[in-house]
Amino acid sequence: MTSSALALPARTSRPWAQHPLVARYAPVLTMIAALIAIWYVAAIAMNWSLVRDGFEREETPYTTLDILSGTMDAERPLLPSPHQIVNAFIDGVFGYPPLAPRSLIYHSLVTLSATLLGFVLGALFGIALALMIVHSRVLERSLLPWIICSQMVPVLALAPIFIVALGALGLHGLLPKSIISAYLCFFPIAIGMVKGLTSPDPLQLELMRTWSATPRQVLWKLRWPASVPYLFASLKVAVSISLVGAIVAELPTGAEAGIGARLLSGSYYGQSIQLWAALVAAAVLASGLIGIVGLIEQSVARRMGAH
Amino acid sequence: MATAKSNISIVGERNASPSPGRTTSGANSVSASDLASTRRRVVDAQNISLTFETADGRVDALSNVNLQVAEGDFVSFIGPSGCGKTTMLRVIADLQQPSSGSLLVNGMTAEQARLARAYGYVFQAPALFPWRTIEKNLKLPLEIMGYTEFEQQQRVERYLAMVNLTGFERKFPWQLSGGMQQRVSIARALSFDPALLLMDEPFGALDEIVRDHLNEQLLHLWKSTGKTVLFVTHSIPEAVFLSTKIVVMSPRPGRIIDIIDCDFPVDRSVEIRETPEFLKVAQRVRNGLRAGHSYDE
Repeated sequence: MTSSALALPARTSRPWAQHPLVARYAPVLTMIAALIAIWYVAAIAMNWSLVRDGFEREETPYTTLDILSGTMDAERPLLPSPHQIVNAFIDGVFGYPPLAPRSLIYHSLVTLSATLLGFVLGALFGIALALMIVHSRVLERSLLPWIICSQMVPVLALAPIFIVALGALGLHGLLPKSIISAYLCFFPIAIGMVKGLTSPDPLQLELMRTWSATPRQVLWKLRWPASVPYLFASLKVAVSISLVGAIVAELPTGAEAGIGARLLSGSYYGQSIQLWAALVAAAVLASGLIGIVGLIEQSVARRMGAH
Repeated sequence: MATAKSNISIVGERNASPSPGRTTSGANSVSASDLASTRRRVVDAQNISLTFETADGRVDALSNVNLQVAEGDFVSFIGPSGCGKTTMLRVIADLQQPSSGSLLVNGMTAEQARLARAYGYVFQAPALFPWRTIEKNLKLPLEIMGYTEFEQQQRVERYLAMVNLTGFERKFPWQLSGGMQQRVSIARALSFDPALLLMDEPFGALDEIVRDHLNEQLLHLWKSTGKTVLFVTHSIPEAVFLSTKIVVMSPRPGRIIDIIDCDFPVDRSVEIRETPEFLKVAQRVRNGLRAGHSYDE
């Protein structure tokens, strides 16, 4: 009370600023506006000489204003301007039937299927590893170094080896991509679950002992539920990593479909706008996946009494 | 040392129905007329010692502890930190193993007694499982011991009523105060009807008023169930108020220096704390603690 009495005269002239919606979204929107502004400036600067050289090659007279407008909608700009990317993205999503080879939805679905299969495989593998590590000191010592080593090998170098080897075994398409995706995403899950499964309070473990609970009961009634928050934290990291894994797996094989394939062909033919549109598609996909994991997390947490 | 043994009435709230997973040995009901000498020994410890090596050298947590606890006794362990009172409780519960000596709990070795679910343990912290409702927390030991769904439900109702928490079944632990949570943990320890209740400073983290209230409730519980209770505490009034027997312990090495019989009527209330008899026992406990403790350090 007193602090508001001592405060400067209330700025009643701008009541809209106090609106909860404004208070919530204004900072985010301001940041986005600033980023877009910086992007436009950068696009002008980076495309400037490109556009000017074009005019000079064609020996047409030009003004500064012509160059300026040229940087905004060059065909193969060094840095596409935001509205070009948005247009290409909208065109890719809505401009074609969903399963047409030029549709971004089609490519996203191809990558998404590999991502989801890889995510499930990686999650199961990671959880299984964590269970083994938690229950055996010997396995902890023998497995953990290998798990950490596995993540030090650059996946870009590993992916072609995997795909060639699996291709020799007659496996093509979805499964090799999923395996690379799983290879990347099991790691945060294994580490997170080791932490989660060992998170119960010593008192809770001793209580289980006083009730002479079996190891299986300790696992399902104590260790597993205690690890749920850790599981979801690592699933959120893992789901975006498995998307990266699926995209990377599409690069070395020259796959015809998938976001990775779009990125690759975009960079081959200098189609920078296509490249950026595919990037936006990947970002939208990743945030969608993380959002879904987050929603599941919320509903599980509510049932487990979170407040 | 031995004043007249109090004649404790064991009220038959005992559940005679056999429950799966729980093997009770021997007679289950003791009539009030039984003499102290014929009461079954629930704890019989002979020359228990426990030493362990630390970075600073050998620690004698327990040294030649002899202790007999008869069925229906309420025994308090009191003493300064590091005197081994908690260790003694943990040894009886088979959470720690003694270096030497022999120990029988309910006529079995400590390990057999633990496997037979002979005791319920209440820690200083409630240690409820935060993802389970109060009801589900109470059911946890029952689920582990394989009780039927029907019996689980009955016991939840009975023991929640016993600690005055009926109506809180669907709450989560964080929605309850510390005192209420501790009452849930007591109900949980009683839910599978063990003969012995081990309590390690259960009210240590609570404020004085809540503590007094819970002391009265615990006394009432003990009267109505006839459990044998071993109770670790820091508080002299708490020990004298609750106990039929007070074990005074001393550190370095952890040992028993006095066992005081306390023969207040079973129907005592907090007011007896003002009586001369009460103060006399409290004085003796205090003297024991002082004698066993060097304050020069």
